[in-house]
Amino acid sequence: MTLTQQIITVALCAIATMATRFIPFLLFTPDKPTPKYIQYLGRALPSAIFGMLVIYCLKDVSLFSGSRGAPEAIAIAVVVLLHLWRRNMLLSIAGGTVCYMVLVQTIF
Amino acid sequence: MESKKLKALKCAFPKTVPIFAGFWFLGISYGIMMRTQGFSFLYPTLMAITIFGGSLEFVAASMLLGAFAPLQTLLVSFMIQARHLFYGIAMLEKYKGTGWKKPYLIYAMCDESFSINCSTEIPPGVDKGWFMFFVSLLNQIYWVSGAMIGGLLGSLVKFDTEGLSFVMTAMFVVIFLDSFLKEKQHISSFIGIGASVICLLIFGSESFMIPTMVCITVLLTLSRRQIEKREGDET
Repeated sequence: MTLTQQIITVALCAIATMATRFIPFLLFTPDKPTPKYIQYLGRALPSAIFGMLVIYCLKDVSLFSGSRGAPEAIAIAVVVLLHLWRRNMLLSIAGGTVCYMVLVQTIF
Repeated sequence: MESKKLKALKCAFPKTVPIFAGFWFLGISYGIMMRTQGFSFLYPTLMAITIFGGSLEFVAASMLLGAFAPLQTLLVSFMIQARHLFYGIAMLEKYKGTGWKKPYLIYAMCDESFSINCSTEIPPGVDKGWFMFFVSLLNQIYWVSGAMIGGLLGSLVKFDTEGLSFVMTAMFVVIFLDSFLKEKQHISSFIGIGASVICLLIFGSESFMIPTMVCITVLLTLSRRQIEKREGDET
């Protein structure tokens, strides 16, 4: 690839990304009332998206080979238990991450 | 005026600490990867600024090494990034009235900034616009500086950080759990997890996101009456 082609390639990646981020705001501008259906989706989507992002992070975990997702399952359990216990976001995240690092570096 | 910004910054910074850890780890790895593929540190730095979306930046590296294919680049990028369409719909209300910060907030709306801005209940007395601005800005600074440092260091550094990227997974688990504990009904949460798992099993990790988004939209549309009834919405 020439430098120009590289610049175009990176620009296209950026344009596509910005399109996905800006399109909803360009379609539903504040000066017109947002359709009720879209308002509903706006309220109902966040919890579905958070669930989707958890799975997205785990997408490359193989359940049928290697450690079969065991370190991930254990570390997530630690995160959940720590969070139910103390409700401290930083503690839960740090605890789960340290647990995961110990697991993958030593046991698995 | 000054104290308003400072207050928002003080409130925003702790929320971004896990992202700092995750973004430096991933950003530095990304910079190192680009450098070992033969790119100058300017590439990861400029790509981190302009694209600002981790997963696509890794894919873009392989695009740059392949043949020039503009249409394919555009389509693949759009498909990888399509989940941001959801973020926009979810943030239509929250980003309202943020003035000049709004275009920046939308431009910088990566997975992590979206999740923090969408899930945080901003304490009274803290300016919403400035809070979300600082969350987005800090996250972007972490990512860009990480990518630049990685690009400069190349493979000089070797550190035993295997597993550190789990910090992102842990953060999304906490955000999901917080929202799950707070909500009046769990239909939407179950739809999010269920649709993603089923589509991942059917379509595989490379191409399950678009089908997942379609499934979530369809299922949320079908259960609208039930969700609104349980939420007690007037609409």
